[in-house]
Amino acid sequence: MGALRKGSVVGPVIGILWLFVIATTVAVTMSFITGNGFRPGLLGCVVIGIALGLAALKFNHRLGLIGGTAIAAFALSMLGQGPVLVSETVSTAQIALTSLFVGIGAGWPMQWMLSGHPMGDMTRHEFEELVISFLTGFGYVFFTAIVIIPFYVMVMTSLKSQQALLQNPLDFTLDWSKGWGLFRSYVELFRDFGFGSYLATSMIVSLITVFVTLLFSVPGAYAVARLRFKGRAAFSRSILLIYMVPMIVVALPIYIIFSMTGLRNSIFGLVLIYPVTTIPVSLYMLQGYFRGLPGEVEEAGLMDGLSRLAVIWKITLPLSLPAMASVSLYVFMIAWNEFLLAFMLLDDPSKFTLTRGVAMLNSSEVPRQHLMAGAVIATLPIMVLFLGLEKFMTKGLTAGSVKG
Amino acid sequence: MTTAVPPKGTGPLARREARLAWGLLFPTIFSVAMVIVLPLLSIFWISFKPIGLADLRPPVPVAREQLRGKPAAAGDLATIEYRLRNSSQDQVIEGVTLIDRWAPGIKVVSDLPEGCALTGTEFFCDFGTIDPKYNNKMQIDVEVGQAFFDWGGDPKESEPVLTGSADFVLTNSDFTLENFRRVFDGSEFWGVFGVTLAYTVFGTVGAIVVGLFAALLLNREFRGQGVLRGLYLFPYVAPVIAVAFTWVTLFDPTSGSANELLIRMGVTDEGINFFGQKPLALIMVIVFEIWRYFPLSFLFILARLQSIDTDMYEAADMDGASPFQKFWYLSMPMLLGILSVVFLLRFIWTFNKFDDIFLLTGGNAGTRTLTVNVYEQAFAISNIGAGAAVAVIIFGCLLIFSIFFFKFISREEGL
Repeated sequence: MGALRKGSVVGPVIGILWLFVIATTVAVTMSFITGNGFRPGLLGCVVIGIALGLAALKFNHRLGLIGGTAIAAFALSMLGQGPVLVSETVSTAQIALTSLFVGIGAGWPMQWMLSGHPMGDMTRHEFEELVISFLTGFGYVFFTAIVIIPFYVMVMTSLKSQQALLQNPLDFTLDWSKGWGLFRSYVELFRDFGFGSYLATSMIVSLITVFVTLLFSVPGAYAVARLRFKGRAAFSRSILLIYMVPMIVVALPIYIIFSMTGLRNSIFGLVLIYPVTTIPVSLYMLQGYFRGLPGEVEEAGLMDGLSRLAVIWKITLPLSLPAMASVSLYVFMIAWNEFLLAFMLLDDPSKFTLTRGVAMLNSSEVPRQHLMAGAVIATLPIMVLFLGLEKFMTKGLTAGSVKG
Repeated sequence: MTTAVPPKGTGPLARREARLAWGLLFPTIFSVAMVIVLPLLSIFWISFKPIGLADLRPPVPVAREQLRGKPAAAGDLATIEYRLRNSSQDQVIEGVTLIDRWAPGIKVVSDLPEGCALTGTEFFCDFGTIDPKYNNKMQIDVEVGQAFFDWGGDPKESEPVLTGSADFVLTNSDFTLENFRRVFDGSEFWGVFGVTLAYTVFGTVGAIVVGLFAALLLNREFRGQGVLRGLYLFPYVAPVIAVAFTWVTLFDPTSGSANELLIRMGVTDEGINFFGQKPLALIMVIVFEIWRYFPLSFLFILARLQSIDTDMYEAADMDGASPFQKFWYLSMPMLLGILSVVFLLRFIWTFNKFDDIFLLTGGNAGTRTLTVNVYEQAFAISNIGAGAAVAVIIFGCLLIFSIFFFKFISREEGL
């Protein structure tokens, strides 16, 4: 093992592996962008990988490595043995672009990984650092790809026409000449399928859920965090137990009761159930936060003659606004994304929530781009909220993510 | 001289505090009891009942009233007709009565049917017990007087009020073990159970391993770290319905981009039916589970990683520890606590998961887990009792898990 730990061996091996990673990434990217056939080529990757691995050990020159790799990739591609193999329909310009991507994607990281490492024997430290930097680079590429691809497909499919999708499912190029016509699926969803009302229903249901959840869980959380009473430990344990009850088990009796009382197909019925599914999570998150607040401030308030409820309202709540924001966002997300109960309890299309409306689109009579447009409409508001308030959202997720 | 002793028992202040606490907790306890605990208990009751989807409406008597003969002037004859029906096809209804308020100025000219009486304008009938599928009419000849035309209202306005009690399957004393026999019958149950276990174990472990990898990647300062962290949370934050349908579209056997890509790359000759083949569908569902939930374990683990003291690593550097040694002997022991917590919680939640599989495959192609089976039995086969029986089994499994949960979690997290 030790004998193989030489820069002149490890460098080329890392080079070959990295070239494969980059060639696959570039091939997939180019395929998704242009709709043509691209695939990684074995021989090209091995040749360029070995050369680049050795070169990166020797020269610490970023532009040189990038340029060299790109030119080599282009030359080999023209010979038909490039790191990325292409079908006949691909133009020379696209090959050049592909080679440039391979050059940047391979040359730069290889310089970052390999520069400064010796040609000869490496210490264990250096070797492991090299392996880790390779895995790190691979990780960034891998995670970014697996997260972005589905969302890219979702958005792009919603902008295509049925014909174009059937002709070449890989072709996500947009026909810009259509102008606003690109958004036809969205227009049809709002005009013919009533998505405007679903959007409003979802918004109302989620906001009511947030409001009721806070109304119930803030006093409860305060009691668990601050007041002494018999059965406190047992209570906070059973709150956790409620987490573990699967919704489908509860949904069956609820369905029966709602069917018999006529609460099915009503927004009111939904609003009765939703907050209760989120109150335990919210209570648990808030009591953790309340415990972290200094109790002295509240005691001072009590000494000055405030009642307990006034203390909660005037001292604890203003101090815990950030936590309230996190909890609200998290609860909003759960209510907005909820599918099972909406699916079981709502049959009347005039009362659908957004998730139920999207589920309705999943039939063979509705074209795919409508389904994807519905998915985008359901995703967009929650994503905007998430990106705008990421700090709070991440906190809420970390504190509440015991719930799936 | 008496020595001071600390007060014993609860004083009035402590009692007041406890009262306030329970008062503050009451809304939560009440709502959770109504919506979670009560249904949970009722599921046991239902699981021993021979009940199908169609039995949910209790049988009721239904009556329709008609005034025939179009009376135009005082003294005209007319007929009042009642059509009485039993809404159930197979159950009798007992003690059926009908009460209706007639319009003024109506005089009965024929005999009233048996069991019927007219007091003033109130018409009352006692039908006793009516049979299943009962559907009969009853006619009463009347003479319309001047008072009716003076009144000028619509005689149909007063709906007849019916009473009657039927044997309702949810509340009667019929019990059966048939539901459980059905569920355990044949090899199907163990197949479902095996799929559930495979899905839960691989989904949980996979999400944690991938999440650990992602957390290690982001546990360093660099430009764009915040952006990447936000990006990697996308799969979890997006609605399940949106991402599940995207996966279905992406991996469609005929028009899916993934298949097209694989064909172009020369990996396969024809489209692979990712969500429709027996072992592959289960693998894909597990991959989806990992993809969607790695952000959660990643978030947990990253939070723990960032709270580890860096002094320890500096000391290890001084002692010449290699990067892998530092990870294995320093980071891993620190992470073990949070990893086991995440494992247990995710395990339980993956076990409970319904939406994902239901949306991806509908439980077909060997991906039916216990939770999907509840839905299948109750709604696809319309046997609510059998669905409830599966739910009881799930509940039993969860009780076992929760014992583990409290043994470990309370030690690790001090909950």
